[in-house]
Amino acid sequence: MAISSTEAAPRSRPPGLGRFLFNMAIALGIMIAGIVFAVLCAVAVFTALNTVLPDIKLVQAVLVMVLGVAACFGYFWGSNRLLDLIYPPRGSRVADNINAANGIRPWLFLGPAIVILGIYLVYPVINSIFLSFHGPSGETWVGGANYAWLAKDAAFRESMRNNILWLIVVPAAATFFGLIAAALTDRIGWGNVAKSLIFMPMAISFVGASVIWKFIYDYRAEGSEQIGILNAVVTFFGGEPQAWITIPFWNNFFLMVILIWIQTGFAMVILSAALRGIPEETIEAAIIDGASPFQIFYKIKVPQIWGTIAVVWTTITILVLKVFDIVLAMTNGQWGSQVLANYMFDWMFRGLDFGRASTIALVIMAMVTPIMIWNIREARKDMK
Amino acid sequence: MSTPVGSRPALSWVVNISVLLLVALWTLPTFGILVSSLRDKDQLAVSGWWTALTASERNVVARAAPPENATLEDGRYVLTGNVFEDGSGKAVGFGISSRAPSAFAVGESAELRDGGMLTVEASGDYTITYAEQPEPGRGQRIFVSSVEPPRFTTENYKNVLFSEGLGKSFINTMTVTIPATVIPILIAAYAAYALAWMEFPGRALLLAAIVGLLVVPLQMSLIPLLRFYNTIGIGKSFIGIWLAHTGFGLPLAIYLLRNYMAGLPREIIESARVDGASDFEIFRKIILPLSFPALASFAIFQFLWVWNDLLVATVFLGNNEEQLVLTGRLRELLGSRGGNWEILTASAFVAIVVPILVFFALQRYLVRGLLAGSVKGG
Repeated sequence: MAISSTEAAPRSRPPGLGRFLFNMAIALGIMIAGIVFAVLCAVAVFTALNTVLPDIKLVQAVLVMVLGVAACFGYFWGSNRLLDLIYPPRGSRVADNINAANGIRPWLFLGPAIVILGIYLVYPVINSIFLSFHGPSGETWVGGANYAWLAKDAAFRESMRNNILWLIVVPAAATFFGLIAAALTDRIGWGNVAKSLIFMPMAISFVGASVIWKFIYDYRAEGSEQIGILNAVVTFFGGEPQAWITIPFWNNFFLMVILIWIQTGFAMVILSAALRGIPEETIEAAIIDGASPFQIFYKIKVPQIWGTIAVVWTTITILVLKVFDIVLAMTNGQWGSQVLANYMFDWMFRGLDFGRASTIALVIMAMVTPIMIWNIREARKDMK
Repeated sequence: MSTPVGSRPALSWVVNISVLLLVALWTLPTFGILVSSLRDKDQLAVSGWWTALTASERNVVARAAPPENATLEDGRYVLTGNVFEDGSGKAVGFGISSRAPSAFAVGESAELRDGGMLTVEASGDYTITYAEQPEPGRGQRIFVSSVEPPRFTTENYKNVLFSEGLGKSFINTMTVTIPATVIPILIAAYAAYALAWMEFPGRALLLAAIVGLLVVPLQMSLIPLLRFYNTIGIGKSFIGIWLAHTGFGLPLAIYLLRNYMAGLPREIIESARVDGASDFEIFRKIILPLSFPALASFAIFQFLWVWNDLLVATVFLGNNEEQLVLTGRLRELLGSRGGNWEILTASAFVAIVVPILVFFALQRYLVRGLLAGSVKGG
């Protein structure tokens, strides 16, 4: 399928790879012309209007939005016109021209996206690998010193241990609660309202959620009135109030609760859709055979949605690998709660060592890679 | 769904109560900060938000008017006033030293060191009577323990919006979010169309690359991009963060839109081609309008993600007063105002209210997008 456009190429032009490169060269030329022109126009209009308009950030933002959209549209329209000028879809060579234009047009459509993805996601991966072999400012070659340092660093080992704890607990708990919530809310009249409310924390930022939960974990010395609900409950049952987030090791779990709270709704929504997609006949057959509701759930329903559970699990796993805001806001890695992403941030901004920070980032990348490969394989299966 | 199982009354009760419990667990934390943010800050500091509707006990220290103000009544010198500055509250006991703030019940008389007799009524009115003209000096300190009615106020919001700089941060967040949500859409839409409906060599490879890029951790990009930005001179600027969010949002946008567009009926596109429409026209006149639900899904994702982002804003926008976004401000307040819950709760609510409103208004599209593209990790 992918080579059909090359096959359709007229014989008078160079075939195969040569043809492809020729197309790419023209596409590149038009693309650069289009992008440069669109960006220059947008910048010129922005500068011109900016001298007239009052200096209000929000006005500028709206202006930038409008101009950005206009520039994008201008690029796509302009580059398309340019292509039609080079290969006019009329005249004596109309068939050749349309074929040639069809070979180039996809690249014009894809152009800006490929450029941006290249700069923002592909180049950084390569550059990070380069930086991980260099010193703090990224200029002196240090060989494997950063990796050697990492292997011996105690804080790194603590972060790894905590990240692995997070990886085990959060996806499991969020998926579990999500599954329970999905199964239960599908059975009741006000299920949709309940779903909305359980789903709501998805809209709350990690920092916002951290404030919410820090308030729950708030600690006052014994004897005074507790205003954090957790300590209030503990003292109500006669326990001693604790400064929860400062208890080494266990504080990790108190931070995980926040992410579980946020992600359960996500798991619930996806799993609920999967549960509804289960063919009725299998359930009816089980009921006729006298299965109890719990048997139906665990033996009939859950096995049929394993695929979706795996998707939910991996999605949350990726999120957990990158967990950063919660730890930064709650403990900033103190009291033994450091994680990789926050540790990397630490070396980037406080340690000011780009080499070491890049090395830690690469560790996160390495941990994501198996899931990435799995995702690509699944996606390719779907698209066939 | 009404399966035969769901109609068993006992089980149905259990299900209803379990869901109620789950919903309570998932909403109470947010409800707690909403209630707290509306409470009077003195009450918030000494009692839990769940007691917000009950009267709370509080110790008040008031200073009576100076003795020389005493007026002559019936041959005695009398000072009167009220211990509550705002006139509310109900005294249950009073005292004259900090060691025994409620040594006397209301209505009793306490003898003062300078010879006066102090009485405090439940309303907070106090009377000090002296047999002779008292010496001039400072007013008597009166300790009163009072039961106060619950007080709610919007003072905390006024405070955070105008003096803690949250108003400015709110505008910064809007400034970041609006262009960063809209600009990726068009770029992604064209790319998605090419990937869904045009044939060219390398298409499968590009698709695989997009799926792969969905999960690349942001942490990878920070340092290389920061160095790159500093080289070309757009470090710590809004233009830099708009572009960064555009770049980080593109894989999801392309993936979602391509899946949606690939599902559109082939006949529409082919009949348009037969009628002589170019790809450009097909895209603009047919695909773009039909793809509205997918565009809306992505827009909500991107909006929530940009609004709630802390990492990208901290790295590319700087931490100064002029550029701090809501999440950054909230984080800073957590550090500097750690114990001032009236400020933290109100700030947190300001920061989360817009995404929550968007969420409830457009939930349908959000769910649809999640179901279509549940590969992205945030």
